[in-house]
Amino acid sequence: MKILVALKQVPDTETRIKVAADGKSIDPADVKWITSPYDEYALEEAIRLKESKAAEVTVVSLGSDSAKDVLRNALALGADNAVLLKSEASDPLAIASALAAWAKGKGFDLILAGNKGIGGDNASVGPMIAELLDIAQANVVVKLEIGDGTFRAEREIEGGTEVIEGKLPAVITAQKGLNEPRYASLKGIMGAKKKTIEEVDGAAPSGSTSVVGMVMPPARPEGRKLDGEPAQQAAALLSALKDEAKIF
Amino acid sequence: MAAENASTTEIVQGGSFLLTPIGQLPQFTPEDLSDDSKEFGRAARDFIEGEVLPRDEAIDKLDLPLTIELLRKAGEIGLLSIEIPEAYEGLELDKKSSLLVLEEMSKQGSFSVSYGACTGIGTLPIVYFGTEAQKKNYLPKLAAGELLAAYALTEAGSGSDAMGAKTTAVLDGDSWVLNGTKMWITNAGFADIFCTFAKVDGQHFSCFIIEKDDPGLSTGSEEHKLGIKGSSTRTLILENCRIPKDRLLGEIGKGHKIAFGILNIGRFKLGAGCIGGAKRVIEYTLKYTSERHQFNKPLNSFGLIQQKLADMATKIFVGEAINWRTIGYIDDALSQSSWSDPDAGAKKMQAIDEFSIEASIVKVWGSEALSWIADESVQCFGGYGFSAEYPPEKVYRDCRINRIFEGTNEINRLLIAGTLLKRAMKGELPMMQFGQQVAKEISNPPKAAAFTGPVARLKHGVELSKRQCMLASGLAVQVLGQKLVDNQEVMARMSNMMMEIYAMESAVVRAERMLESGHRWAEIARDFTELYVNEAWHRVHGDARMLCADVTDGEGLRHALAGIKAFAEFHPTSCARLRGRIASQLIQKGGYPVEII
Ligand SMILES: Cc1cc2nc3c(=O)[nH]c(=O)nc-3n(C[C@H](O)[C@H](O)[C@H](O)COP(=O)(O)OP(=O)(O)OC[C@H]3O[C@@H](n4cnc5c(N)ncnc54)[C@H](O)[C@@H]3O)c2cc1C
Ligand SMILES: Cc1cc2nc3c(=O)[nH]c(=O)nc-3n(C[C@H](O)[C@H](O)[C@H](O)COP(=O)(O)OP(=O)(O)OC[C@H]3O[C@@H](n4cnc5c(N)ncnc54)[C@H](O)[C@@H]3O)c2cc1C
Repeated sequence: MKILVALKQVPDTETRIKVAADGKSIDPADVKWITSPYDEYALEEAIRLKESKAAEVTVVSLGSDSAKDVLRNALALGADNAVLLKSEASDPLAIASALAAWAKGKGFDLILAGNKGIGGDNASVGPMIAELLDIAQANVVVKLEIGDGTFRAEREIEGGTEVIEGKLPAVITAQKGLNEPRYASLKGIMGAKKKTIEEVDGAAPSGSTSVVGMVMPPARPEGRKLDGEPAQQAAALLSALKDEAKIF
Repeated sequence: MAAENASTTEIVQGGSFLLTPIGQLPQFTPEDLSDDSKEFGRAARDFIEGEVLPRDEAIDKLDLPLTIELLRKAGEIGLLSIEIPEAYEGLELDKKSSLLVLEEMSKQGSFSVSYGACTGIGTLPIVYFGTEAQKKNYLPKLAAGELLAAYALTEAGSGSDAMGAKTTAVLDGDSWVLNGTKMWITNAGFADIFCTFAKVDGQHFSCFIIEKDDPGLSTGSEEHKLGIKGSSTRTLILENCRIPKDRLLGEIGKGHKIAFGILNIGRFKLGAGCIGGAKRVIEYTLKYTSERHQFNKPLNSFGLIQQKLADMATKIFVGEAINWRTIGYIDDALSQSSWSDPDAGAKKMQAIDEFSIEASIVKVWGSEALSWIADESVQCFGGYGFSAEYPPEKVYRDCRINRIFEGTNEINRLLIAGTLLKRAMKGELPMMQFGQQVAKEISNPPKAAAFTGPVARLKHGVELSKRQCMLASGLAVQVLGQKLVDNQEVMARMSNMMMEIYAMESAVVRAERMLESGHRWAEIARDFTELYVNEAWHRVHGDARMLCADVTDGEGLRHALAGIKAFAEFHPTSCARLRGRIASQLIQKGGYPVEII
């Protein structure tokens, strides 16, 4: 079985984000980059399949040179091959088109991705790849079983679980809970250094949207202390919620 | 493992920093770390943040099964095998990689002690002194975490005076029979093997590998400690403990080589661990002081709080410079021999021993820096720092041990000056020549204009400090002669000056490189260094003057002080301004900015 995992490099959730001078992107200075956490579930699932079913795992990331860190880390964790699609594209359709164009005809039985890239939170690329390749998909998956040319996926829906079955090839997007990603071993890290990362021009047709602005949320106004006895404080709070916040 | 890009093959003599002009010795800095090493550090960080820190509380309730589980997990990803040769299923990485990993491990005090005792003092005696059979037998299992190790040197009656051990070993046919009680043994509650010191026939200090199930071995109950409460510390009781003859480690009567050699390694690791721990403290202290308001302002807006924050970060920067410079020397020296050499262990041990002065400096400086930082963190938290609900209270207790084990800081201070003097007497270090040079320079001291580069003024300051230290130490040798080593206060002053000189010089060279290469944090590096040199220069100056007063008076003292004054043309800059600038950067960044991995 051949598995492809799409990985996205995103700013660490703990990084203090600043808007760049152009007013529509993130200032990259001092940003720490990580693999999008949902993609880590996708990768872990692929590696587990490799261990249980003798699959070959290829990881691909679309982005700049810095995305090689994400790929190198995936190699350390157990991926067999890594490909960097060099591109500046940021529109989900452009990204999905480039990934699908690259994957087409390479015989992947299973394409795994995170259900969304944190930060952008578009939740689009996985489903778009499936559509562009015209194959099955199941999204936001918490449990996955692979049979003989088939898959069975579970997703959590409001108040219950939905079970989807389908034929491979398919795109599956991962949700938290699918598995517990492992730690890279030092041996894995050393082994990853010996593998090469293939670089491919990933220029994509321009997408259908473009980001025109990025604005930080307004600073939170300062808090206010309510004085008096508990009863007086409760009354003051109630009237503030009613008259100022207009909650009810 | 590939050599680091900035490594040099020039082999440096331990202690020579004091006698060599600034910038002439090679120096490794954290900025020279290869991407490869950094990845090992990141792997350790992921492990510690994902597995260890979330279990902080349980660990500190002395949940030993949990500690064992975490050590085994660490073993699974290779964290126990870093320093074990490849031939015995280790990773055989350089000491730089082990230091990066250790910095991360040290973010949980108890666990770092369990980890350090297991992989360091517990395992390394076998790595460096084991026979082929011993190495084959134990190292692969230690590398994988199947066996966990401990080191048993101390006894109730012999701590600092480790050679005064009373435990005995007697050969009886094909077995050794050991009797005695070892005290304060880290990991004793779960270790599978103990590298244990005993005197053969009550006389010849030697080391043995004892296994947990050997007949006659038992452990006492857990000690109730001030800190690192999650680490196991017990006595190891040997009552007619019978072990096979081939469990002798190294040679009969050569146990001191193992004991002191391994302690040397423990020392530079402990210093690195302290700086790793400090990085966690500054993180939460910055956070708290930005959130807590008094007088309608955040605490971090007050000058005296900014002073503490700036000093914390400065100590971290300087500590890193000291640690990585030292590890650079050690790795260079270690790379001169290969594990395939027949006497590799002995050669490597010798290479490490060469830097025993630096290792002691790293230990004392690092442990005292962390103690200071922990104390000031408590202070920044005010009453909340005194409460167990907030993090400073724990680190304040946990860090205290660092000044006691791996040789107390007193013992290490005596070693710093003592080793230098010993090497000078033997003619291994040209201290006499430097003394004569300095005496001549009194009438013509180095001028500021003789130094170049972006930190020229600071380089001048360091060179002046060396001369003050040399004059005062030279006088002490002259007046006290052989009795000097018994005058411990004088020895400690000498050591303090040497430590400050090593610290200043390491920081200055690091900052200069960062400035010259246009490093992202070069400006704050300059501020850290300038602040540190401003303060440390005056400490050395004070120590030099007072050391003179300890050994002479009257006209002799006047004369000595005049000599020191000749090397005192160094003017401080405003520390308050530097601290303000540093603090505002720290606050903006929300952490110590010069990330090395
Ligand atoms: C939590 C913990 C874990 C430990 N783990 C281990 C372990 O795993 N294995 C092991 O073998 N040991 C271990 N030790 C022991 C530790 O190394 C010793 O406690 C240490 O060496 C000091 O010895 P001591 O406690 O007997 O103090 P002492 O030697 O009695 O020292 C008391 C004081 O006197 C000072 N002093 C002693 N001699 C001199 C001198 N000549 N000149 C000036 N001052 C002097 C010391 O600096 C100190 O301040 C551990 C200790 C603790 C507390
Ligand atoms: C064990 C214990 C017993 C106590 N007992 C009593 C008691 O019986 N009765 C009682 O009323 N209180 C008591 N206290 C409270 C104690 O007096 C306060 O904790 C203390 O005044 C500090 O206030 P804080 O904890 O709010 O710290 P903060 O005021 O938040 O101070 C935090 C840090 O900021 C510094 N700081 C604050 N403002 C400034 C400024 N303007 N400029 C520079 N630095 C500043 C402080 O020096 C400190 O380092 C007790 C506290 C403890 C821990």
